Amino acid sequence: MDMLINPTVVELSRAQFALTALYHFLFVPLTLGLSFILATMESVYVITGKPIYKEMTQFWGKLFGINFALGVATGLTMEFEFGTNWSMYSHFVGDIFGTPLAIEGLMAFFMESTFVGVMFFGWDRLSARAHLVVTYLVALGSNLSALWILIANGFMQDPRGGTFDPNTMRMQFSSFVDLIFNPDAQAKFVHTSIAGFVTGSMFVMAISAYYLLTNKRKDIALRSFRIATVFGAISTIGVITLGDALGYIDAHAQPTKLAAMEAIWTTDPHPVSAAWNLIAFPSRSEQKNYFEISIPYVLTPLLTHSEDTVIPGIIQLEQEAKPRIANGIKAMVALKAYNEDHGNTAALATFKKYENDMGYGFLAKEFAPDQDLAKVNASNLPSVLDKTAKATIPNVWVEFWSFRLMVAAGFFMLALFAFAAYYSLKNEIEKHPLLLKVALWSLPLPWVACEFGWITAENGRQPWTVYGWLPTFVSASSHSVGYMIFSLIGFTLLYSSFIAVELYLMFKYARLGPQEQHHHQPEPQTAGGGMAGQPAFAKPSLSPKH
Amino acid sequence: MDIYVALKVLWWLLLGVLLMGLAIMVGMDMGVGALLRFVGKTDGERREALNIVGPHWDGNQVWFILGGGAIFAAFPTLYATSFSVFYIVMILLLFSMIMRPVAFEYRSKVATERWRTSWDWVFLISGAVPMIIYGAAFGNILEGVGFHFGWDGQYYQTESFLSYLLNPFALLCGFLSLALALYQGAAMLMIRGTDPIYSRAKKIGSLSALVAMALFVLGGVLVSGMKGYVLTSGDPAMPANPVSGQVVSQVAGAWLHNYGAHPILWAVPLIALAAMLLGSLAMRAGKAILAWWLGAVAWIGTIATAGVSMFPFLMPSSDNPNQSITVWNGTGSEYNLIWMTIFALIFVPIIISYTTWCFHVMRGKVEPPAAQDDHAY
Repeated sequence: MDMLINPTVVELSRAQFALTALYHFLFVPLTLGLSFILATMESVYVITGKPIYKEMTQFWGKLFGINFALGVATGLTMEFEFGTNWSMYSHFVGDIFGTPLAIEGLMAFFMESTFVGVMFFGWDRLSARAHLVVTYLVALGSNLSALWILIANGFMQDPRGGTFDPNTMRMQFSSFVDLIFNPDAQAKFVHTSIAGFVTGSMFVMAISAYYLLTNKRKDIALRSFRIATVFGAISTIGVITLGDALGYIDAHAQPTKLAAMEAIWTTDPHPVSAAWNLIAFPSRSEQKNYFEISIPYVLTPLLTHSEDTVIPGIIQLEQEAKPRIANGIKAMVALKAYNEDHGNTAALATFKKYENDMGYGFLAKEFAPDQDLAKVNASNLPSVLDKTAKATIPNVWVEFWSFRLMVAAGFFMLALFAFAAYYSLKNEIEKHPLLLKVALWSLPLPWVACEFGWITAENGRQPWTVYGWLPTFVSASSHSVGYMIFSLIGFTLLYSSFIAVELYLMFKYARLGPQEQHHHQPEPQTAGGGMAGQPAFAKPSLSPKH
Repeated sequence: MDIYVALKVLWWLLLGVLLMGLAIMVGMDMGVGALLRFVGKTDGERREALNIVGPHWDGNQVWFILGGGAIFAAFPTLYATSFSVFYIVMILLLFSMIMRPVAFEYRSKVATERWRTSWDWVFLISGAVPMIIYGAAFGNILEGVGFHFGWDGQYYQTESFLSYLLNPFALLCGFLSLALALYQGAAMLMIRGTDPIYSRAKKIGSLSALVAMALFVLGGVLVSGMKGYVLTSGDPAMPANPVSGQVVSQVAGAWLHNYGAHPILWAVPLIALAAMLLGSLAMRAGKAILAWWLGAVAWIGTIATAGVSMFPFLMPSSDNPNQSITVWNGTGSEYNLIWMTIFALIFVPIIISYTTWCFHVMRGKVEPPAAQDDHAY
């Protein structure tokens, strides 16, 4: 009765999810970071009463708005894509994964989206303090949003707080505390939201550098530059620290991700002298690195923060998976028998015995004859075990290099922010045009780091959607290839045109700069008049009801 | 009553509240978007119309997102199955929905006629298409949906998307939904708009309410003759697994059984009809705020009518009726529903208070923005 899973559909579904998630993640980090930078600028305005800080808040706020719209639009896709394309996944973990998403809507997304309207339009309708509170609520809402999304993601990386129930055939929510205090979720939330602060800082710093280089509105540019560099230097240190913590957590929770990230094929039995690969060209088929530059004595302390923890290599991890796969097959066969007859207590007992390995049995489905685990027998078992064991390892090449690109971008930005903050605090930044140019041209780097960070986290989780429990292969909806091609082409066309428009407008308004507001002034008697002299953000068109 | 059963019923009610909130708030913005080209003839008029919902569309849209998240958590199997079974339609809905925030933000940023006219078309499509699909989904579900489950909970689809897309009854429901959205949008345009937008909205809105009434009555007649579904056995406290555990039969006219058992329920569709009629009259009399609230009541009555007719069904399966998704087999676990209830009890009142505050801050009439003002929508 079961239909076969079409691997092409699974691959197309993965491609679509990666495309839409990576695309969404172009806009999210800037929202996370820039919202707090806006709140900081506005705080200075409220404390000092200097109008220039209000003008700064409004200018950067306009660029924030252009970005925010696309973040919201592409976020819609993410909320629904689990249901449209990952039906089995949604059914299997919705009881626990859906909850943080729903709470995100209730607690965070409603707040940020409702107040963002007042933040843009309410300048002349609220006192300065009330408006500042609104700006902070937008920033808080955005970051709380990230918290709940990453709590949901943490469950995929290291499933805690749920147990499998053979009567409902899904993982059920069993501990709220375990779900939200999942170490992976906590570290990743801080890592990701601070990565957003880095992105926001780089954005403000690079564009301010451009104004300094072209002599535009120096009053605004110098102040913005300084806020951004200080914010950025502190945040980059935070990102790197938390990234390190995340690696430490992964060493325990996801050994396959860690081994792939560092391209470790064989286990080094001497942890003290184990070498860390700075550069490697890993080959999956030959299970070795064609070329590597490695540094001895670094690996173990770097990853485990200890001297004597042995880090298992990929070949060992594959061997260790085999008994789990064999048990998992027994668990799944028993589970099916139990589901066909709920009176079959023998089958239930067998399932309970091997329950913790059921995910590995699910994983073997792809390699069983006709995708039917009941057809695995003594003669074909070794080949099923071999193929499934190999499949437990993510793509090493992608994992190794995306991780390194992220880290390299991070350290480069740390150095850049440090120099820029130093000279900016000494009031000497204008004497260093080269540094300003580097700051300008480094603008894309935080996005590079964020995108490769996403790839590191999610490629490294493969072949699972829920690590150790649910394989990606069985998670997808049973669509036809035609459906998938339709939606993929549609998303590609829509998203490409959005990014073209977004970049066009961002460049247009960034180039125009804050000065353009003053060119607006000579039109005092437009509708709702009496607002002349106020920045255009004051919305002269809106007049309060009397 | 068993706590789990009570929670299942509570979340069925909350699902209704979400679908109503979504229809009223998002529908209003969609209505404004769809009406844009008709109530505004000049660029200034169109910008005025957009700025009427300008400060609020983003917050309103979260009803849609929250709807997705809450259905995911509280009705995981319904979320997993309905969105996949209606794939092509859902993707069309998403495409049109994601164009809308972009249109709001980008329309005013370039001052050429071609640019702005293009975005006006985007507003028309991204307003009308989602509302038609929203209503049509109800229509398709009332008729039963072609899917079944494998033993492991994976769904299998047996009906092509064309039968969902081009189903006459579903389209009727889609147009009912569009008519109500146009009405709601028109009411909002009257509340905060000035002439000529005010009078154009008044004309279109009061007509939309009457069209909605006619479609609602016609839909009701069709539903009464339709093959509905009856739960012949199934324990409300059953574990939430649609694969097995209940027996369902298909009976013509079954969607009226609940009304037969509890005649008081006839009040629900009657309230919907009364709200549409009174709404049209209120609008004609220029009572815009009253008309807006009557529109909300019309939505509440309409969605409640669908819910009451189908209870306890959420998405009946025409393929294997025993595997229909119901309130009893489609929810999350008891533990999950308890946490979801706690969060809803805390945050829904908070959301309603700050949304009200934001509408209060931004109240008052909106006039066409200055041509140079690229900060307004």
